[in-house]
Amino acid sequence: MKSLILRTTTRPIIVVLLLISIFLLLRGHDLPGGGFIGGLVAAAAAALYAIAFGADAAARLLRVRPELLVGWGMAATVVAGLLGMLAGREFLTGLWWVIAVGDQELKLSTPLLFDVGVYLVVVGVILRFVLSLEER
Amino acid sequence: MILFEGPWTFLSVATLVTMVAVAVSILVASLRVMRGPSLPDRVVALDLVGLLAVSVISVVAIATQQPVLLDAAIALALIAFLSTVAFARFIEWQGENAE
Repeated sequence: MKSLILRTTTRPIIVVLLLISIFLLLRGHDLPGGGFIGGLVAAAAAALYAIAFGADAAARLLRVRPELLVGWGMAATVVAGLLGMLAGREFLTGLWWVIAVGDQELKLSTPLLFDVGVYLVVVGVILRFVLSLEER
Repeated sequence: MILFEGPWTFLSVATLVTMVAVAVSILVASLRVMRGPSLPDRVVALDLVGLLAVSVISVVAIATQQPVLLDAAIALALIAFLSTVAFARFIEWQGENAE
């Protein structure tokens, strides 16, 4: 859509939307949020870009094909499950590593990896829909 | 909800008044969505309903003392205009094809 107002406002709004989506992704374990909703917000940002600048520009911004994101996301969720098995526990058992960074604690876990996988799958699927509809 | 418990404070009264005002606004805007003579009328009214939903979430966040809800309000406020843009695009496309 060739609208100067839309194109100008889209750039800053996309930055804020992507920040919020990452924030939702990382906060999701104990509070509202998580990979699914974070992925939806990120996909909304990309959909906005596709509407404002066209599907080709959005595909160029994304750099990888959305189908690849789905594949990598599924691989990440499976790896998150297999890591639990490698530790001699059930499939998809949550493992936590607490790393001290200065005086703070950085908590890494297989649920986080799983959520990142869900995030990538959601972004990939929704973007495939949106880009196909825009290319029409 | 803390709203209807204990003594009436300024905050609880203000929250209650806001809830009623927003509810009436949503009702009137929904009427416009249903009756609106033309499609652009409906689109603008739907945008208004979306932004009123943001205020509902904000008021509920105050009433229940749950700041977590404000993040949902921020996300919705940023997303709400996306549907309006998509509708504008649809109307534009419709106009091109009609000619």
